[in-house]
Amino acid sequence: MNYSGFKVIKEALTGHKGWKPAWRDPEPKPYYDIVVIGGGGHGLATAHYLAKVFGRRNVAVIEKGWIGGGNVGRNTTIIRSNYLLDGNEPFYEFSLKLWEGLEQDLNYNAMVSQRGIINLIHSDAQRDAFVRRGNAMILNGADAELLSEAAVRAEYPYLNFDDARFPIKGGLAQRRGGTVRHDAVAWGFARSADSNGVDIIQNCEVTGFHTRKGKCLGVETTRGFIGAGKVGCAVAGNSGKVMAMADMRLPIESHVLQAFVSEGLKPVLPGVITFGAGHFYVSQSDKGGLVFGGDIDGYNSYAQRGNLPVVEDVCEGGMAIMPMIGRARLLRMWGGIMDMSMDGSPIIDQTDISGLFFNGGWCYGGFKATPASGYCFAHLLATGTPHPVATAYRFDRFKTGHMIDEKGVGAQPNLH
Amino acid sequence: MIINHPLLGPRDSAEFVYLGDANLMERPNWQSDTAPQDFYDYAYLRANPAGTHRELWFHEGGDRSWLVVTRNTVTHEISKVELARDVARAKGRSK
Ligand SMILES: Cc1cc2nc3c(=O)[nH]c(=O)nc-3n(C[C@H](O)[C@H](O)[C@H](O)COP(=O)(O)OP(=O)(O)OC[C@H]3O[C@@H](n4cnc5c(N)ncnc54)[C@H](O)[C@@H]3O)c2cc1C
Repeated sequence: MNYSGFKVIKEALTGHKGWKPAWRDPEPKPYYDIVVIGGGGHGLATAHYLAKVFGRRNVAVIEKGWIGGGNVGRNTTIIRSNYLLDGNEPFYEFSLKLWEGLEQDLNYNAMVSQRGIINLIHSDAQRDAFVRRGNAMILNGADAELLSEAAVRAEYPYLNFDDARFPIKGGLAQRRGGTVRHDAVAWGFARSADSNGVDIIQNCEVTGFHTRKGKCLGVETTRGFIGAGKVGCAVAGNSGKVMAMADMRLPIESHVLQAFVSEGLKPVLPGVITFGAGHFYVSQSDKGGLVFGGDIDGYNSYAQRGNLPVVEDVCEGGMAIMPMIGRARLLRMWGGIMDMSMDGSPIIDQTDISGLFFNGGWCYGGFKATPASGYCFAHLLATGTPHPVATAYRFDRFKTGHMIDEKGVGAQPNLH
Repeated sequence: MIINHPLLGPRDSAEFVYLGDANLMERPNWQSDTAPQDFYDYAYLRANPAGTHRELWFHEGGDRSWLVVTRNTVTHEISKVELARDVARAKGRSK
């Protein structure tokens, strides 16, 4: 069923009786050419591109709960492509370009809003670093704009410009960055994949891999064995747990990240703002709530809830750049499990087990990557070769010394 | 989370800095033939279990001792806290 303005009007006039479920609820078949584990943004995007771009239709997405119940439905929805390093920037710019055409591609309103993002600058050294990053972005075909203090003031007059410790001296803006309705991304990809023949199987947990002579032949699940020509694992925070079933240890730790929403307010924050001295980022949802977050809690965790010290730290970050936020009440907060990699960058690669592929290590930045991650994983699964913008996301980069460490903090996942 | 420090009693986890898996105490032998692979495993690969996890915490805002904390990564419940020093000595190190 195609969604359109005409369809909305027609349904409004005929009592909304013509709407159908957006995807089927099929029984698992005994065999698929490709099984994707994980019905998050990345798994569903992989299925969509496998079917639509690479013509692979005998595909299943296997999700232990309901689609969109993981990080894709828990994040602060920021998209951007303001990375520095060669291994990353072309990939994230590819992703931003895919976001720009996504709703037409999916025939689904994901509320992609290119409202712009500004990273605030608080010191001369930080300005130098941001100029360098902005240039790297422009060299890779992205947009970047260095803003003076006056320019930031004109857009966000209420920020704490004259703070004694962290005065705001300017900003690095990416106007094409912004926010996207996160659940709609999962639903849009699911609907499109389903209509192209992909089976989306919910409430089906993968409990083991069936391998023989170094080759993966399928997955054991709570709904029985499902055979597969190829298996792609895209389970984000659960990567360690799932790949342990294939006897693999990963360069990944699972950590909890919290997000926060205030009560609904009148429009006050037109774009996305990030605090460059502490760690705090904020935008305003279309319902009016301020959506914000900061650091991960910092210890290994599979609990989808965090602790109070980070709540305090995030709120302090908010008060430091935007003191008026103290007048708003916190409405709700939650946590999600991050697959924090050893250099802060992701992995899209085959494993040592033939037919088993892995997508993970997204840290707290994988939402913006969703379309490109799906595209590149589909490319790898369908063709056996990495997509040109994802060639650096290899497992063996930690062995060969080709880390993609944007922050330069080394193998310390809670600092990325 | 409250960490029951063996010397100082119950302390707020916010006083501590987290390093990671306590296996980081088992530095491989650099003279071994398999040293490159051993150091790759040691520095980059993690068991990352959902459940019981032995991990290193540093009491930066306190007595600056290293602790080995046994904690459940699903419930955040802490079941055991030892001085890292004692753990190493029990293995015959740092005599
Ligand atoms: C609080 C928070 C804020 C964030 N903010 C941002 C942001 O502003 N910008 C940004 O770019 N990124 C952000 N992120 C990161 C981003 O959300 C994640 O990197 C990304 O969503 C991960 O990919 P995914 O959508 O596929 O993961 P998920 O949605 O977690 O999908 C993984 C799926 O795998 C399923 N699964 C796990 N184990 C099994 C199994 N054994 N069998 C079957 N299925 C299984 C899970 O149930 C889950 O549905 C944030 C994350 C959090 C938690």
